[in-house]
Amino acid sequence: MSPLLSARGITRYFGDRIACRDVDFDLWPGEVLGVVGESGSGKTTLLNCLAGRLAPDAGAVTYDSMAYGPVEVHALSEARRRLLSRTEWGFVSQDPREGLRMGVSAGANIGERLMAVGARHYGDIRHTALDWLERVEIARDRLDDRPSAYSGGMRQRLQIARNLVSSPRLVFMDEPTGGLDVSVQARILDLLRGLVNTLHLSAVLVTHDLGVARLLTHRLMVMQGGAVVEHGLTDQVLDDPRHAYTQMLVASILPV
Amino acid sequence: MQPILRVAGLTKSFIVHAHGDLALPVLKDVALAVSPGECLALVGPSGAGKSTLLRSLYGNYRADKGSIRVRHGEGWTELVGAEPRTVLDIRRRTIGFVSQFLRVIPRVATLDVVAEPLIGLGASQQEARDRAEFLLALLNVPQRLWALPPATFSGGEQQRVNIARSLIVDYPILLLDEPTASLDAGNRDRVIEMIAERRNAGSAIVGIFHDIGVRDLLANRVHEVVPGGVA
Repeated sequence: MSPLLSARGITRYFGDRIACRDVDFDLWPGEVLGVVGESGSGKTTLLNCLAGRLAPDAGAVTYDSMAYGPVEVHALSEARRRLLSRTEWGFVSQDPREGLRMGVSAGANIGERLMAVGARHYGDIRHTALDWLERVEIARDRLDDRPSAYSGGMRQRLQIARNLVSSPRLVFMDEPTGGLDVSVQARILDLLRGLVNTLHLSAVLVTHDLGVARLLTHRLMVMQGGAVVEHGLTDQVLDDPRHAYTQMLVASILPV
Repeated sequence: MQPILRVAGLTKSFIVHAHGDLALPVLKDVALAVSPGECLALVGPSGAGKSTLLRSLYGNYRADKGSIRVRHGEGWTELVGAEPRTVLDIRRRTIGFVSQFLRVIPRVATLDVVAEPLIGLGASQQEARDRAEFLLALLNVPQRLWALPPATFSGGEQQRVNIARSLIVDYPILLLDEPTASLDAGNRDRVIEMIAERRNAGSAIVGIFHDIGVRDLLANRVHEVVPGGVA
């Protein structure tokens, strides 16, 4: 077995400020890797570099593609990278408005991804779209509504459906529950957890919420000031934190 | 019988950075071995490091040095310093852990909480749920609770859900941290019976049992854990 995604020496500056420094890891099939740290620790920059949305100043990201075999993500042509990200990857943004097309119906949002992987039969696409609405607990009669008429939590669930309907092999998630009410958050976490288990997804999940990380991830990388200061199995890092920064993060969780 | 779990030179301390890098040595050069069909009780005063040792055996706490070798599948696997995916595979197939408290997952029904580890081994949903129902009934968890998430259950009910979840897979090695602590006499006896059954069927067990009666019924041997690792 070989890693699905390998990052080596990922470094990215914004001007003179270092956003992400020398990050290395391998993601194996079926693994969910969490990246935690405070705002400004470089988590999102790293995620964007991994997903090919932002070019690193140094380092390489290798993805073991189903269609092409191992490819160096940042050496691909723009067209090929876009194709890859539509067919083999998903990207769930914190803000669903970034990941959805707000001007077309929910059904079209889901259907578009299916068409990118070759679906052409209108009836089948509509049927699958309805099935996915149900899986993410959105009423079937909302299929023809635009996401602009949806609540924040529904939009996020629709974004998840749009990203997972085509059975991607790798999903990038940037604070998928950020900015939502806790009850809505629990619903989305439950949904993601079920999908990760049943679809055997591999994923990189960025979050500042250690509870979310505990629930959804197998492994954790803790970032501070752009560098990875600690990594390991999620429960090891949270129950036996070694680095001063991780100890501080874990000690800062409010008990309920 | 050849051991299935071998520990040698196991040393573990905690460094508390917020308090001037204060070092708290807990385990020093721990050695033990457990064979199939054996139950080893960890004994020692509160704070001696029994739970730390047990958690280290599960790969939850990271040892500073030493070796924890586990018979996993066909061969031996070293747990100290193992890759995360290796530890997860050992937990999936070889080592089960019964903690004192259930970590509740929002919105997930009790039946699914219990069934999950078996599904992780490739069992069908139906097969896993049938087995979960059997265990929950055996542990006297009322049927009307099965569809509810265990968040609102009593301590004793949560502990029995936890035990059902850990016994649904036939792990060759079982680690038990006070499995009967919040149970009434009837339920305690049932749990003892179930654990003894596993032991007699050939599971290797390491446990912390404060109740001497429980310990006497289950353990064949004791291992004394010494505070601060200083003998």
